[in-house]
Amino acid sequence: MTGKAAFIYSDALLNYHFHPDHPFDQKRVILTKELVEAANQLHPNEIVEPRMATENELALFHDRAYIEALKKASKGHLSENEGLEFGLGTEDTPMFLGMHEASAYLVGGSLTAVDTVLEGDFYHAVNVGGGLHHGFNRRASGFCIYNDGAVAIKYIRKKYDLKVLYVDTDAHHGDGVQWAFYDDPNVCTFSIHETGRYLFPGTGNVNERGIKEGHGYAFNLPIDAFTENESFLQGYETAFKEIAAFFKPDVIITQNGADAHCFDPLTHLCATMDIYERIPALAHELAHQYCNGKWIALGGGGYDIWRVVPRAWAQVWNVMKTGKPAKGNIPVTWLKKWQEKSPVTLPAKWQDHSDIVPTIPRKADITEKNGKLLQNLLKYTNPIK
Amino acid sequence: MLVEEIMKTQIITLSPTASIAEALQLLQKHRIRHIPIVNETFNIVGIVSDRDVRDASPSIFYRDADKSELENDIQSIMSSPVVTIHPLDFVEEIARIFYDEEFAALPVVKENILVGMVTEKDMLDTLIQLTGTNVQGSHIEVKVPHQPGILPEVTSIIGGRKANIISVLVYPCTDDPRFKILVFRIQTMNPMPVIHDLRNAGFELMWPNNISEPKL
Repeated sequence: MTGKAAFIYSDALLNYHFHPDHPFDQKRVILTKELVEAANQLHPNEIVEPRMATENELALFHDRAYIEALKKASKGHLSENEGLEFGLGTEDTPMFLGMHEASAYLVGGSLTAVDTVLEGDFYHAVNVGGGLHHGFNRRASGFCIYNDGAVAIKYIRKKYDLKVLYVDTDAHHGDGVQWAFYDDPNVCTFSIHETGRYLFPGTGNVNERGIKEGHGYAFNLPIDAFTENESFLQGYETAFKEIAAFFKPDVIITQNGADAHCFDPLTHLCATMDIYERIPALAHELAHQYCNGKWIALGGGGYDIWRVVPRAWAQVWNVMKTGKPAKGNIPVTWLKKWQEKSPVTLPAKWQDHSDIVPTIPRKADITEKNGKLLQNLLKYTNPIK
Repeated sequence: MLVEEIMKTQIITLSPTASIAEALQLLQKHRIRHIPIVNETFNIVGIVSDRDVRDASPSIFYRDADKSELENDIQSIMSSPVVTIHPLDFVEEIARIFYDEEFAALPVVKENILVGMVTEKDMLDTLIQLTGTNVQGSHIEVKVPHQPGILPEVTSIIGGRKANIISVLVYPCTDDPRFKILVFRIQTMNPMPVIHDLRNAGFELMWPNNISEPKL
């Protein structure tokens, strides 16, 4: 064991870029890295460079025809019609030159994270460039091209034969990963997200529980629009603990989408930084309880790239490294460098002031409804109570 | 949408002289709730439901009950005449029959021959297809004045952002008959440009997009 935690990074992770107006912006990755560096929390010996995933590795989950289409698109040789068959060239996932290589690097980053943890060099690893949970085996979807989480889990199953618990806190349902392992009892998926009644992709109902051998190994907590910290954490914490106790994983993979914050432009959830302190802390605690610390964290959604995502993802690293989230002031050097580029005022502290959350008139109803969902979710894991 | 597009054509039937016991067995084996009764030329002469068969069966509370009643002909308990529908009927028309008559299944008859069945479950599946919730998408509700030309006005705003519309529903506005609610599902993870454009064009959006403040 050479260290506690590995931070997967190279500039190659920044090449995943659709166009300047697209909400998915990998500038988040460099903002996060520089934030932890400015806070003196990241040292060169903790940075592990990602590799590019090979075609055979991508094919652990993705269809060969899809990979071939992406290689063509990457060179600008895929026609509009050919692209649409694979979900490429849409508003959500437009084509861009070099897209195959850029996407394969994100997957490679997650595979690197897996190997550094499972070969015993580090307890934990984070690839904030990954977490592209909407990708399907032969279709791009919801800003996601290759699904690094699904490929990484297939890779773990094949190479290490371990039981994987995948936990997804993105505000959008982790559909691509869920469907990839829907019939697999060795991979348990748990996604907490805003209800699909309003929000993309629309799935993730509590009654989606897996099929065939995998029945009982898919969990969904589709919380209501405008859910706040308290109700989010109450449901999340109870569910995660119960599911971990029920499944007893060998390794935990978390997808750390940071779009449930009240500043996020694409969702209707109303959380603050409080949840982004507790989410990694709980993963850390349960990874040590069940998996000898083996925990791999990925990035994901997050569309307020200035005020929310860098702090949220930096806290994942802070918890991995020190066991607890950072408190107090954001390093001035980071603020100075990035404020001039940011269209909004950057937050000066790690924590949010509670007054950023608007008053939600139906808070009591929302809390009650989320509580009912939680009971429903845990119907089969915890029958005696 | 036409009945012929949603009807099931693999139908379990019985002849009028089959026993009630046979009907009971078929209901359980195929997990169905209705059996049309047909003659030798496949004309429908009656229908039995699981409730008809249950009513004709001895109570489970009497272990030594005389089960010979189950050997009676099914025609002794079938309902007749039968309300039937045609393959070219509209799904929305037959929904009315389901609702008004409180039926749970309707046989489909063409030239007096039984050709299909439509159940309440098939109707609900059609409703799911109509709402588009079986396809990945984002949901937007717009309150609009109940006047001509409004729908193309709204859809052109959505089209202007190249967002693919999966489904459109039009509801009456219960509070105010001068308005309608248009419900769209659009195939994108980023509905914000469409939402902004609709707001800028003066349209009122419904929950959860009626509160813009926290997202600014």
